[in-house]
Amino acid sequence: MATGSIGLWAVPLEILGGAVRVSTPFLFVSLGECITEKSGRINLGLEGTLMMGAMTAYAASYLSGSPWLGVLAAGIVGIALGLTHGVICSLPRVNDIAVGIALMLFGVGLADDLGKPLIQPAAPQLPAIDFGWWSNVPQLRHALTVNALFLIGAALAPFLVWGFRATRWGLILRLVGESGEAARALGYRVAPVRIMATGIGGFLGGIGGSFLSLSYPGSWNERISSGQGITAVALVIFARWNPKLCFFAALLFGAAGALGPSLQAVGVHGGYYLFNAAPYFLTLLIMTITCSPKHNLIGAPAELSITK
Amino acid sequence: MMPDQGFSAPTSLPVVFGIEAIGITKRFGEFTALDNVSLKVAGGSFHALLGENGAGKSTLVKCIMGYHRPDQGAVVVADREQVIASPRAAHALGLGMVYQHFTLVPAMTVAENLVLSRPTLPAVLDWRAENAALAAFMARMPFAVPLAERISALSAGERQKCEILKQLYLDRRFLVLDEPTSVLTPQEADEMLGLLRAMTDAAKLTVLMITHKFREVMAFADRVTILRRGRVAGGGAVADLNPEAMAQMMVGLEIPPAAATHRGRTGDSRLDIRGLEVEDDAGQPAVQGLSLGVRAGEIVGIAGVAGNGQHELIEALAGQRERARGEVRVGGEAYHATRAEMQRHKVCCLPEEPLRNACVGRMSVAENLAFREFDRPPLAIAGAWLRATAFRAAAEDKIRDYGIRTRSPETPLAALSGGNVQRAVLARELDERPEVLIAANPCFGLDFAATAQIRTELLAARNRGAAVLLISSDLDEILELADRICVIFDGRLVYEVAAENADLTEIGRHMAGR
Repeated sequence: MATGSIGLWAVPLEILGGAVRVSTPFLFVSLGECITEKSGRINLGLEGTLMMGAMTAYAASYLSGSPWLGVLAAGIVGIALGLTHGVICSLPRVNDIAVGIALMLFGVGLADDLGKPLIQPAAPQLPAIDFGWWSNVPQLRHALTVNALFLIGAALAPFLVWGFRATRWGLILRLVGESGEAARALGYRVAPVRIMATGIGGFLGGIGGSFLSLSYPGSWNERISSGQGITAVALVIFARWNPKLCFFAALLFGAAGALGPSLQAVGVHGGYYLFNAAPYFLTLLIMTITCSPKHNLIGAPAELSITK
Repeated sequence: MMPDQGFSAPTSLPVVFGIEAIGITKRFGEFTALDNVSLKVAGGSFHALLGENGAGKSTLVKCIMGYHRPDQGAVVVADREQVIASPRAAHALGLGMVYQHFTLVPAMTVAENLVLSRPTLPAVLDWRAENAALAAFMARMPFAVPLAERISALSAGERQKCEILKQLYLDRRFLVLDEPTSVLTPQEADEMLGLLRAMTDAAKLTVLMITHKFREVMAFADRVTILRRGRVAGGGAVADLNPEAMAQMMVGLEIPPAAATHRGRTGDSRLDIRGLEVEDDAGQPAVQGLSLGVRAGEIVGIAGVAGNGQHELIEALAGQRERARGEVRVGGEAYHATRAEMQRHKVCCLPEEPLRNACVGRMSVAENLAFREFDRPPLAIAGAWLRATAFRAAAEDKIRDYGIRTRSPETPLAALSGGNVQRAVLARELDERPEVLIAANPCFGLDFAATAQIRTELLAARNRGAAVLLISSDLDEILELADRICVIFDGRLVYEVAAENADLTEIGRHMAGR
């Protein structure tokens, strides 16, 4: 067996390590979407933002030599895409779902087109922190090597929980997402809040994309996202618009995404494509369980176009 | 850092002050909503503003509160003339308004709602200090609501208290209340108005209340001003007036025709509901084990505070919502609200918010009028080919018979006024000569004339032998129309009484679930 001395323990270890790796883009996109949806808007364009982020980060990292500049560039592109969505949706009679799909196709297509020259070169990668230095089991060390971006995302989730509750911005954001009418009655303008929330959502989406090209899988190609941006939108619903739950849901989806590669790593090659489809099965399963034509979603911001 | 970040309102205002509106005229295009209306509310008084729908009550208070700019006239606040250009300017003068609908955010807590209502918020909230300040504020108030509770978990009465507390929290000493008791039980209404009255008596507050309930005017107001068609029709000290005199001033000479009170013979049970359970949008049980029979030739009224399962009950009976459990039988047969069953048993429905629940606003009046019969002769040939001329002719008949005011049968229904939309639904549903009629808040938001017409038609349908189920949150309507009165609370029927034995206190007690 190729697994060495720890035998089948390698599978859960691989899945754990994989979950942390694979979950990072889910985490950032879902936290970003969480902010956007809390304001009463839905941005399906985050799939495109993720792709543009991945491509931009790779290009910026390659050209500047600094992966963190790549992350920043990806975030800025994300803001631009998010603001575009936010502004268009603030026009009268515009449906945010339709605009989101258009921006998704736009982002994916543009990233594909602009990213053609980036498939060959290798860009500097984001650093990872070795939490397994004390161990001499290589699988364990591998699993405990955690990317810095994941840690930032993990810290962001409780920060958002606090921010939604105890900052002016958080309260106004929730107010606008729960009742535009009440917000207007209190003298707050709804559209700027939503535009800004969508911009911040785009920022985090772009950063999520940078992880794809700068850490795992760690290169640029046009299929690098394979629907993670859209899956993350479903994940927000599953997490009931709670950033803390977004974190755990992202880990769960990450684990599902790591299932195929993990089994392959320990030498199970049968059903490779089937196991790789695990995140999509999980999405379907979760949406079937949590959504019902008869009931509203618990915790859904009342102004969301899908629940209104 | 300041430990005391709790909110304190400006204290430059006098404790109580009066306001005066002088010769206010407001036009909307050709329409004169207010014509030289004057109103004087003395500081520390409880003033009622009475009038029909469309009499100009709301327009008048909106002129005072800065939502509208009057075309002529002036507003005097605390003996000084003021130009109130916006609601914000009104708030700065210490004027606050409590609306008919709630402006609180249901998913947020009472504390969050109160804090959010402040004109400015710090970038980061110190919730410990805020909660302490709010608790101290609550302790000063004559009534309290739980600060940590979400608004959605509060009863209607508590929500309305919360709306008033919000105004007091913002230190607004002149409150305009727009039909504040429309969603409350009589007891809740009395409690709340009593507390306000105690505050005006203690010279801590001045109240101007829009209402159409004579009982509340008589019991709580010092003075009353009555509007009719944009003009002051009368007023004075409440002690000098009685409800009959006020009703005269409100409606002028157009006293609505007395409803047809002739009783037909009560027959066999037509509509039978057994053990009905229905869930709300959140999947929680909304109607729980409800059983009820309605016989031919009687009106059964279901009274209750809105939000106790009435909405889900109506939707389940109308076929708009799945039943979780239970059985509905019409004329002895199982009933699932399919179109075929509706036609066979002649089941008709007057739902609440008819424009949303029973009509397609963008389709024409003629099309909306034909929804029940468009696929049958004479409107259709072979169930498929529709005859435009027959549509128009049928629509014109109904428009004439029911007095629907529309420019033409081709006008989109949404362009009609609320009363005329309800007349159109009435025409469509009653033209079938229903044997079972389910009506939900059929007169909500309508003026005297439309209300009288709709109530007369309901009684006429009963007298023709229809079984009528009337679900209404307007207790007066139930008392006026029903032969048998049930009270719904928390999705269950908790009380039943024959109309002749009805006692308002007893009904109100059950509406509050006590």
